[in-house]
This record gives sequence, structure tokens and C-alpha cells, in this order.
Amino acid sequence: MNAPMVLRTALHVVALLVLPPLLLGVINRVKSIVGGRRGPPLLQPYLDLAKLLRKGAVYSRTTTWVFRAGPVIGLAATASAGVLLSMGGAPAPIAFAGDFVLFAYLLGLGRFFTALAALDTGSSFEGMGAAREVTFASLAEPALFLCLLVLARATGSLSLSGMLGPDLDAAWSSAAPGLLLAAIGLFVVALAECSRIPVDDPNTHLELTMIHEVMVLDHGGPDLALILYGAAMKLFLFGALLSRLVLGHGAGALASEALFLLGVLAFAVAVGVVESVMARLRIVRVPQLLVGASVLSAFALVLLLR
Amino acid sequence: MTSALALGAIALTAASGLAAALPGLRPARAQALATAALCAGAALGLAAAAAALAGGEAAAGGALRVDALSGLFLVPILGIGAAGSVYGLRYFPQAERGARAVRLQVFYGLAVAGMALLVCAADAIGFLVGWEVMALANFFMVQTEDEDPSVRRGAFLYLAATHAGTLALFALFALLRREAGSFELEAMEGLRLSGPTAAAVLALAVAGFGMKAGLVPLHFWLPPAHAAAPSHVSALMSGVVVKTGIYGLMRVTGLVDAPPESWGVALLALGGVSAVLGVAFALAQHDLKRLLAYHTVENVGIIALGLGLAVLGRARGIPALVVLGLGGAGLHVVNHALFKSLLFLGAGAVHHATGTRELDHLGGLARAMPRTALLFVVGAAAISGLPPLNGFASEWLVYLGLLDGLRQPGGDLLAYVTLGAPALALVGGLAAACFAKVVGVVFLGSPRSEHARGAHEPPAAMLAPMALLAAACAAIGLFPAATTAPLARAAAAWARVDPALLAAPAARAAAGAARVSAVAAVLLVAALAVAAWRRRRLAGRVAPAQPTWGCAFAAPTARMQYTGSSLAALLLARFTWAIFPRRTEPRLEGPFPAAAPFATAVPDTVLDLALLPVARAYGWLAERARLLYLRRIQFQMLLVLLTLLAVLAWGFAW
Repeated sequence: MNAPMVLRTALHVVALLVLPPLLLGVINRVKSIVGGRRGPPLLQPYLDLAKLLRKGAVYSRTTTWVFRAGPVIGLAATASAGVLLSMGGAPAPIAFAGDFVLFAYLLGLGRFFTALAALDTGSSFEGMGAAREVTFASLAEPALFLCLLVLARATGSLSLSGMLGPDLDAAWSSAAPGLLLAAIGLFVVALAECSRIPVDDPNTHLELTMIHEVMVLDHGGPDLALILYGAAMKLFLFGALLSRLVLGHGAGALASEALFLLGVLAFAVAVGVVESVMARLRIVRVPQLLVGASVLSAFALVLLLR
Repeated sequence: MTSALALGAIALTAASGLAAALPGLRPARAQALATAALCAGAALGLAAAAAALAGGEAAAGGALRVDALSGLFLVPILGIGAAGSVYGLRYFPQAERGARAVRLQVFYGLAVAGMALLVCAADAIGFLVGWEVMALANFFMVQTEDEDPSVRRGAFLYLAATHAGTLALFALFALLRREAGSFELEAMEGLRLSGPTAAAVLALAVAGFGMKAGLVPLHFWLPPAHAAAPSHVSALMSGVVVKTGIYGLMRVTGLVDAPPESWGVALLALGGVSAVLGVAFALAQHDLKRLLAYHTVENVGIIALGLGLAVLGRARGIPALVVLGLGGAGLHVVNHALFKSLLFLGAGAVHHATGTRELDHLGGLARAMPRTALLFVVGAAAISGLPPLNGFASEWLVYLGLLDGLRQPGGDLLAYVTLGAPALALVGGLAAACFAKVVGVVFLGSPRSEHARGAHEPPAAMLAPMALLAAACAAIGLFPAATTAPLARAAAAWARVDPALLAAPAARAAAGAARVSAVAAVLLVAALAVAAWRRRRLAGRVAPAQPTWGCAFAAPTARMQYTGSSLAALLLARFTWAIFPRRTEPRLEGPFPAAAPFATAVPDTVLDLALLPVARAYGWLAERARLLYLRRIQFQMLLVLLTLLAVLAWGFAW
């Protein structure tokens, strides 16, 4: 690895670690503006995290080490998934054929332990959240894979860096309809995986209709900070995927960097707009939405398989 | 040399059980001796397997022939066999169980030896001898606790199913002998089959081997039998015995030259259906061991997917598909043996400690049995295919094989094979959901019954084999690249091609696998760093423990927790086309309704809803068809006489 590569990899890691909470700030700001309010400052999520980090913790008598491991593994798995994604002008630090399988399963690892931590409290409330999370996740998984298969077929590459790399621009000119459908499918998957409206409502904790937020009710202090930060990072990863998919590379390192940041911010704005104009779906409708996304992506794939 | 080692392994494991029956020894010592003999035999056999997998020609000697494919199967057969027998020292002690434990020990050794024999057999006769020894020994092991009617039922079902399968195998080998002119497997190699013969060979192989492997819809015997057996026997059956069916499928598909494409497609379809339905059936279960048994159906489906790919690869002449498909299937054979045995041994520890296997009577065991809980979580994550454990490594190889179809131009068959990848993703998600349910309901939360409150950690002799299996799961998961070279050799032995031909794709897979290790290292470092940071952050700032917040409800009880059934309910609603749960719901009436029972039961769709009704209808018909005077012995004698005369007349007329 030569010096510029090291620098770019370092930048990549810094971006992955620093930027995610900003997306939450942007989403909240967009929601406030659409709702006619001024809204909290853009950097509020950072302040929230800092506040949580200053707190201590209370644990339930029912819980075991699994409860404490949940947030740690959740964050570590999401962060290592980020290592497989190219950001800005930098290629992914680690790339290989079939790495997107690892990407999806690392997110699955985080989810598995978050769900276990929820079940560890013995609260029926959190059990309900865990049940919903694993249910919707297992339906989102095929949709995610179908989207990525479309990308793989269009670019002829089996690694995330290749799929979102220079070949993508050429693919857009030859297979635009399929890629567009895949992008829509991926957006729906992103909303579901990151527990945003219309699948989940990240703002209300006390409704019996919630999914992710219910699972983390008994976490507090630094543990909750890890969870919130990990969730923001996951959102950032999906934003990065979509940004690359839709905007492609710019010419030159600086331009591609700028384009990438712009894309991620645009993703946050889009999520904010969706959250402002839509209500959360009824729980029984969510599987239909996810199956719909799968069907859409499967159709895109069949278009490309011809 | 290799075949001599294998012969020694077979002889030693077969005879090991006799040590338990030696007169004049104290029971505990006799059992220890038997276990030591089995472990020594296993060590011999593992040496043979290592030699075969490390390269070198197929070693033939007498009726045995050990090649890399045999070696691949010898590893789980002997490894799990030895681990299970150590576990049995405390799980089924001869000092307490007496003659019953002796009987179990004898048949355990015979089953392991039978399996070792069948994977090393050089001809069909040796194969079938090993097959039957294994099948019958298993029957007696399932029967062990035969005072329980459900055990007798499971054992009978197993016996009926395995012999129906054997019947198909007799026909299969007779057919192959007709084509090849000999029962020697070597003579059958290079057969060219086509048309109806090819179809018949595949149909018979799937019927015979698929029955043992538990491919849907031939899986019906598996859950009752696995639930009925003692836990270390379940581990052996679920982790290893079903794999002999896979071995048979691999051997037979490997024999023929240029297998028809339709074989690959059929195996892929069967595998996909088994994987999805297996995990869906598993989600619905209340009984820990039945649930684990259904997961075997799922994993065998994943293995069949890999095998189907490899067959397709040979039909088309694509080395990459052969390596990735057979390599993925072969690695999953080993991996599934590791984590499924770990889970069954864990289930045995839970049963040992609580006396129940009913999920909804358990809960909170992680406090009383922290080591078991940790090991079970490792197994659960591994079977769900989560990195950095071994389940991911083998599924990743199968994914790569499926994805290879994307490189094919046009709307070719292979491109459509790619659609198996989303199916595998669905299976992975469902398995993770199912094991979140199992771990959550059994080990986490608070105890739901007196059974669970009285739990205790199992003794070291039971924990040690589990720890060993968990360590093996982690080792393969962290360093998958180390497995590609032996897997490529097994693939070359299977496809009977020069290993050099497969070297390039194997090297590519190894390079990818090395990167998987790199990401696993990142994951471990990140997790340790975050954990250390969190520990420092919280030092001295943890408040005294409180009860779980019950949404301001003042008197929560453990019965209010989410149960296994409620966890799975939302997902099962998606599978009502395949699963037909039966519910007895109470009707609550009046302002003060009386206590009312509520129950759900999940019948096996194939066994309870299709096979048994048909069998019952057949029995009813037979009852009606029996003429009244057929019961008289005079009339029966007359029939015998008439038949005899007819046969004589037929003999003379020609």
C-alpha cells in the first residue's frame, strides 16, 4: 500500500466514523422544515450522543452478558461492514468477489445480537419488537440480495467496489430501467433496515406498534449511545450505497468525493421528505411492502437476464 | 497405508462397545474404556482422512478405498462420533443406567463403524453392509428409552423410512451393475447414462439417499426420530448420519461421466425447497430437539444446492462451478456436523438440567448455565450463517457458485440459477429469526417454570466436547482459506478430474476467503475495542440492578414474556401455504370467564397431513377388503394349495 492509498483509507475510516450522526441531523431538520418548524441544530445528534456518554447505566436484574454484548457487537458489525464499502473517491479497504454477501451478513450479525439483547430483558414489549425486527429483516434480506444481483449483472462484478465502481456509468447507459428499479428497491430496503417511516417510527418509543425503538428501551447511557450511533452508521452505509448507485463516480478524486457527500446528504433529505409526507404503515402491510420491493428487484434482474 | 488406517478405525470403533460389556469391570471404568477405544479408533481414522485430504492417490486395499471425498466425510463421522461418546460419559452414565447404557454403547460404536465403512467402501456390497449396520444400530439407539410411546413411534417411523430407502438403493445398485457389469465402484466410474436410465438412476438415488438425508418431502421421519433419541445420539444422527445420504448422492452423481444437466437442476430445486421449507417448519416448533431436527432439513437443502451446482458445472464443463459447488457443499457437510452437534449437545444439557425440552417452559437459563448458554449462542450464530463463524464460510462458497451464473451471457439456464442466491438469503434471515427465538426463549429473560428455575451447569465431561466443537466452528470461520485446498481435492476426486484443472478457481476462492478472515479480524478488533471502551466508560457508574421496566405495570410475572410461539407468529403467517398449525382457542364469555386452555400444535405437513391419512385409509380399506371366510384356516390352506398347483402348472407348461 503506497502513501496516497493509506491516506485515502484513513479518510475512509474517518468519514465512516464521523459522518453518520450528521445524517440524523439532516433528516430531523428536513422534517422540521416540512412541518413548518425551525427544528434542532444540525449537530444535535452529536450533542445527544455526548450527553448519553456522560451518563451511567442501570441494568435489569433479569439481564445477562448478552444484554451488554448487544450494543457492542451491533456497532462493531456495522463498522466492519463499512470496511467493504467504497466511499468518496477511495476504493473500499477490503474488496473481493462475493463481499456483498459478507456485507449483508455482518448487518445480520448486528441485528441478531440486538434482538437477543432485547429478549434478555424478559419484557414482552421488547420481545414484540425483537419478533418484528427479525421478521421484517428476513423479508428484507432477499430484496437486498436481488438489488445487489442486479448491480452485479449490470457491471459484471461480484464485489461491492466493482459494482459501484467505474463500470456502473457504462451500465447506466445500457441498462438504465433495471438499475432504476433496483435503486427504488434498495431505497425501500434501506428504509426498512434502518427502521425509518413507513416501516418503523424512530421518534416514538411508547407505541405498541414500534419495532426497533422498542427493542432498545431498556438500554441507557453509553449503551444507548452505541446503539444510536450504530443505527446512524447503518443509515450512512445505505446512503453510501444509494449515492454511488444513483450518482456514480465523478471525474477526479476531489469531484468524486464531493459527489459522494452530496449523494449521502441527498439520501438523508429524501428520507426526511418520505418521513414528512407518509404515515407509518400498519404492521401487517410491512411484509407486503418488502415483498413488493423484492418483486420489483426480481423484475429488474429478469430484465437484465434476457 | 491409508486404507490400513481406515480398516483399523472401523474395527476399533465397531468393537469399542464390547469394552462396556466386559465382565468384572466397574461400570464407570468399562464405559471409560469403551469411550477410549472409540476415540483411539477415531484418531486412526482421522489420520487416514488427513492423509487422503492432503493429496495423494486414492488408497485402495481389499474392499476399502479412501479418496479425498471419503476423507471429507470421515472427518465429521469420527470427530463427532468421538465428541458424542465423551459427552455420553456423563449424559448417559453406565453406572446409573446399567444394561441400557451398555446396549447404547455397543450400538453407538457399530453406527460409527458402519458409517466409516460405507464412506470407504470400494464396492456396492461393502457400501450396503455399512449402510445397514448404521441403519439398524441407529434404530436401536433411538429405541433406548423405549418406555416412552413417542420414542417407540419415532423409532418405528425411522425403521420404516430407512428400509424404504434401502429398497430404493438395492434397485439403484442393481441398475448400476447392469450398466457397469460389476458391483465395484471403480467399474461404475465413467458410466455414460442418458434418457430413461439416467432419470431412473437419479430418481432411485434421491429416493434412497434423499430419505436418509432428509430432503423435503422425504424428511418426515427425521424430527420424531431425532427428538426421541438421547441427545448425543441425536447429535450423531443429525450431524453425521444424514450426511451419509449426502455422501451417497455425491458418490453416485460423481460416478457418471458428464451427468445430465437435468440432474443438477433437479438437485438445485430439491435443495431450494428443502432449505426454505425446513426452516419454515422449524420456526413453528415448540420442542427444542424437533426444532433442531427441522434445521437439519434446511441445511441439507443448502448442501443439495451446492451439489446441484457442482453437477451443473460438470455437465457444462465449468471448473469454477465444480469447485465452488462441491466445495461449498462439502464444507457445509463438515460445518453442519460441527454446529448441529454442538446445538444438540447443548439441548441435551438443557434437558439434563431442567427435564423438559418444551421451549415455552424454559427461559433465563443463561444465569444458571452461563457456559452452556455461551456455547449455544456460538452454535446458533454459526447455524444462522453469521460471520465470523463457519456457517458463513460454506454458505459464502455456495453463494459464489450461484453468483457465477451472472457471468454467463444471455438468459442462459445458469443465469437463472442465480435466483437461488435470494432464496439462500431468505433462508439465512429465517434461520437467524428462528435462533433468536430459541436462544431468547430458552436462555434469556426470566424462567417460565419450576423446571427452568432449578437448572444447573452440566459437568465438565459434557461441556468439554461442546467447547471443542465451538472452537472448531470459530476456527473454520476465522480461517476459511485453509479449507479450500482439501475441498478442491475432494472436488477433484468427486469429478474424477486432474486437481490441476481446478487449481485456478480454488485459488480465487482461497484469496476471497483470506479477505473474509481480514474482515473477521476487523470485526473482532472493533468488538474488543468497543467493549474495552465501554467497560472503562462505565467503571463505577453502574447503578444497582432494577427490575425490567414493565411499562409502569406494577406486578409483572415471567408468564407475560414473549413466548417462542408469539415470536414466530408473524413469520409463520407468511407460510400458511406450507404449514397448517392447529389451534384450540377458548371462547371467553360473560364478564367473569372461567380459566380456559389455549393450545397450538404444528403437524408435519408431509407425515401428519399426507402420509398418515393415506396409511389410515389404506388400513381401513384392507379391513373392509378382508372376506369373512378368509379368516378360516381351511380356506387359507385351500388358497395355498391352489397357488402351488398354479405354479406347478406354469412350470410344466413352459
